[in-house]
Amino acid sequence: MELRVTDLSCRRGGILVLKGVNFALRSGQALVLRGPNGVGKTTLLRTIAGLQPAASGDVTSPDDAIAYAGHADGLKAALTVRDNLNFWASAYGTKDITPALQAFDLAPLLDRQAQDLSAGQKRRLGLARMVVTGRSIWIFDEPTVSLDTHNTQLFADMVRKHLTNGGIALLATHINLGLPDAESLDLSSFRALAESQAETDDAFLAEGF
Amino acid sequence: MRALLRRDLALAVRAGGGFGLSLAFFLILVTLVPFGVGPQSELLGRIAPGILWVGALLACLLSLDRLFQLDWEDGSLDLLAVSPLPMEGVVATKALAHWLTTGLPLTIAAPLFGVLLNLPIPGYLWLFLSLLIGTPALSVIGSFGAALTVGLKRGGLLLSLLVLPLYVPTLIFGAEVVRRAVDGMTLLTSLAMLGGITMAAWALLPFAAAAAIRINLR
Repeated sequence: MELRVTDLSCRRGGILVLKGVNFALRSGQALVLRGPNGVGKTTLLRTIAGLQPAASGDVTSPDDAIAYAGHADGLKAALTVRDNLNFWASAYGTKDITPALQAFDLAPLLDRQAQDLSAGQKRRLGLARMVVTGRSIWIFDEPTVSLDTHNTQLFADMVRKHLTNGGIALLATHINLGLPDAESLDLSSFRALAESQAETDDAFLAEGF
Repeated sequence: MRALLRRDLALAVRAGGGFGLSLAFFLILVTLVPFGVGPQSELLGRIAPGILWVGALLACLLSLDRLFQLDWEDGSLDLLAVSPLPMEGVVATKALAHWLTTGLPLTIAAPLFGVLLNLPIPGYLWLFLSLLIGTPALSVIGSFGAALTVGLKRGGLLLSLLVLPLYVPTLIFGAEVVRRAVDGMTLLTSLAMLGGITMAAWALLPFAAAAAIRINLR
C-alpha cells in the first residue's frame, strides 16, 4: 500500500497556495507536515483526502483507504459517546468500538452526551473515531489541539500502533509527537505565494529606491 | 445509510432537534386563519384546501436550513464526504429523515387541522393522500436548496427564495387534488402530476444536491 503525491498544487479560495509537493508514504510510514500558519497545511490535507480538487498534480492511494480528522470533530452534541462512535462505525461498515475506547480511555465516558464533554474529551472522541473507521491511511489536521500531555502520549501511541499494523499516517502539527521514524516535511519550501510576494517586493524596490 | 437515518431521526426528536416545530407552526397558522378571514364557514371551507397546503409547505420550509447546516458546522459533513457513503445517498437519506420528521407528521395532522377550517367531508381523505404523495417532493427539493446554501451565514433567507418557486408545481397540483375532491370532480390527472413531480424530484435532485455539497465543501 502506498500514498503517493506527485507534483501537487493546491488552491485555497481560488488562490494557489502550494505547488510542486511531492512525497510517497509506504505502509508503516508517517509524515509530519510543518510550516507556519497559512502555509497551506489544511489545504494540502483536504486535497489529499479528496475534499477539494487539486489545481494540478496527482494523489494516488488505494480506493477507500483514507480517513480524515479535521479541525472539527464531527460530533453530535445530543448523542452519547457510544452513539457517536457507533454511528461512524456503521458508516464505515465496521462494528467493534472497543479498540477506539481503549485507545483514548473513553470507557468511563461511554454514556455521557457529547455536549457534556470537555474540549479535550471531545477531541479524544474525535480522534478515537479514526480507529473505528478501519481505514489504513490516517490524515490528521492539528490533532493535539486541546489535548493534555498524557492524552498527547495516548495519541502518539495510537498512531504508532497503527503504523506497526501497516498503516500510514499523515499529520499536520506544531508539536513533537515523539514518533521515532516519522519524517517531517516543511511546506514553506512549496509555498506558491512566496514567489509572487517576492516579485512584487523586488519590483517595488527597483522602482522606489 | 440506515445508521445515518437512525442518527438523524434520533437527533430530530432529542432536545433542540426541531421536531414538532413545523407541526406547531402549522397548527398556529391554521388556527389564526379563521380569525383573519372571519366566521364565514362557507368561505373557510372553500379556501381550506389552499390554506392547508400552503401551511404544510411553509411548515416544511421552516426546518430546511438545518438539514446540512448543522452537519457542516460540526464537521460531520466533511467526514461523511470522506466516508464510504456516497454523497447522493447521504442527501437522499437526510431528505428522507426530514420527511419522516416533518412531512409525515404534517400529513397525519392535516385532516385534524382540516376540521378547524371547516374543510368539507369529501376533502379529508384526499387531503391526507395528496400530502402523503406531495410532501416527499417538498423535502427533497428543500434538500437541494439546503445543499446550495450550506456554509452560508444566514443562508435561510436565500434558501427560501431558491426553494419556494420550485415548490409551486407541487402546491398547485396538491391543492388542486383536494379542491377537486371537495367539488366532486375527477382528480386523477392532478394526482398523477403530483406523483410525477415527487418521483422526478427524488430521482434527480439527490444528484444535484450532492454535486452542490461537494462544491461547497471545497
